[in-house]
Amino acid sequence: MFVSCKDKQKMISSYLEHLGKFVLWQRNVYNKPENWRMYYKEFVRQLYDIGIGSLPIIALISVFLGAVTVIQFYYQMEGTLIPPYYIGYIVRDMTIIELAPTFTCLVLAGKVGSNIASEIGGMRQKEHIDAMEIMGVNTSAYLVMPKVLAALFIIPMLVCVSALISIMGGYLASVPTGLFTSAEYILGLRSFFIPYNVFMMFVKAVVFAFILTSVPAYQGYFVKGGSIELGAASTRAVVFSDILILLADYLIALVLTA
Amino acid sequence: MIRIQDIRKSFGDVEVLKGINFEFEAGKNNLIIGKSGAGKTVLLKILIGLFEPTNGSVWYDQQQLGGLNKDQLKALRMQIGMLFQGNALFDSMNVEENIRFPMDMFTAMTAKEKQDRVDLCLERVSLEGSNLKYPSEISGGMQKRVGIARAIVLQPKYLFCDEPNSGLDPKTAITIDELISTITVDNNITTVINTHDMNSVMEIGDNICLLNQGKLAWKGGKEEVIDSENEVLQDFIFASPFLKKLKARALGG
Ligand SMILES: Nc1ncnc2c1ncn2[C@@H]1O[C@H](COP(=O)(O)OP(=O)(O)OP(=O)(O)O)[C@@H](O)[C@H]1O
Ligand SMILES: [Mg+2]
Repeated sequence: MFVSCKDKQKMISSYLEHLGKFVLWQRNVYNKPENWRMYYKEFVRQLYDIGIGSLPIIALISVFLGAVTVIQFYYQMEGTLIPPYYIGYIVRDMTIIELAPTFTCLVLAGKVGSNIASEIGGMRQKEHIDAMEIMGVNTSAYLVMPKVLAALFIIPMLVCVSALISIMGGYLASVPTGLFTSAEYILGLRSFFIPYNVFMMFVKAVVFAFILTSVPAYQGYFVKGGSIELGAASTRAVVFSDILILLADYLIALVLTA
Repeated sequence: MIRIQDIRKSFGDVEVLKGINFEFEAGKNNLIIGKSGAGKTVLLKILIGLFEPTNGSVWYDQQQLGGLNKDQLKALRMQIGMLFQGNALFDSMNVEENIRFPMDMFTAMTAKEKQDRVDLCLERVSLEGSNLKYPSEISGGMQKRVGIARAIVLQPKYLFCDEPNSGLDPKTAITIDELISTITVDNNITTVINTHDMNSVMEIGDNICLLNQGKLAWKGGKEEVIDSENEVLQDFIFASPFLKKLKARALGG
């Protein structure tokens, strides 16, 4: 598709405008709550929704992540001189450093992110947000802060669980099928362990959690128009979150491994 | 009392409100009337600060709306009750939770006090016993009444209603009008009501502001409506040929 120079300029300035608006909006989001109990209630509801609500899908995905990683590495290493227990080590580090945080959060951006965008966007369109504003509620704070904080708290735990299940998935895919022995896999898991990698995993989880809740909340909060626009905002929320997560992944990798 | 001075509002190139001056009085039902699209909702949203006027000022007694800091604005908003054109009831909460929401958010009342207040408000709008129903499970008229109950739960000084009886049968509409009117007089509230319902105008129109093409076309009380010579008003009130005929006959004989 041909994009003229002017269109490009417009596109870039529109992105910059959104970025500016988003940053300025953050000041309204992180404000002292009108009522701690109401915010806490909302926080707990979100913990449950995001945490427990996403557990089955995360578990399912993680099992396969581990299983596929093991099988493919086994395939690559077959016939080489690399000892089989290395596969345990590779699965562990791949999972912890990259697969668990990134995959989990990409999936959560789809599930939690679109949910947040349509919930908040729906409230905007049905004038619920106006109604709350008129009552004197700081809606940016009440509707967004508990969601982001809950995500910052629970998503790192989900990522942890994901890493664990993924490693178990690798076990299930290899040991019962006879690719190598349980002892070899476990030896691999216990070899060359660098705690710093776990720290990297948590950094990623926290940053991604912020992205996949804040970006959709922004898309929902400022939605205009009707149900078609709401659908579009929800899609945009997921796409932008995904892109930003991948970008952040790259930047974190650069910075933390430097 | 709420006073507006030279309010103008444009959306893009279109000027919807073209310089409106009016005074909404305390303890009275102040009506904003006008054809669909005349700018009633826009004016109401400017009054409560959801829209910023392009020009002009809004005064709540001695306070100017645009000149308030965050805390003052919040304090003012806690004295405002609003019934939206589409009710804006929170659909994930039941009737009781909806009405309790402002109290939960802003007061340190005990559970018992809140419950009593909820029951009292529901009683006022004749919805005793509907506490646990969800907005989707009750009729439009009932939703309106829940909306009113929620708007008055913190005993506001200012009450705004955007078309409180649109979409209701004439009987229910009048009940709602009477309800709002009683609440207004009993508590000396400054009530502003948007409507294009003729019955409302004649029933509760203490102080009427007629909008036409973005301008104030007429103001006065319900007693003055019939005898007014104002063409826009007459055209608005006696819109149907039937009413026109009725009026002609009344004047003739
Ligand atoms: N957010 C907006 N953006 C652009 N134009 C708007 C907006 N809100 C209202 N308008 C325009 O302002 C005019 C007045 O609208 P308003 O909703 O105030 O009418 P109304 O008098 O309340 O009508 P009704 O009785 O049908 O509710 C309309 O022409 C509408 O197109
Ligand atoms: Mg309207």
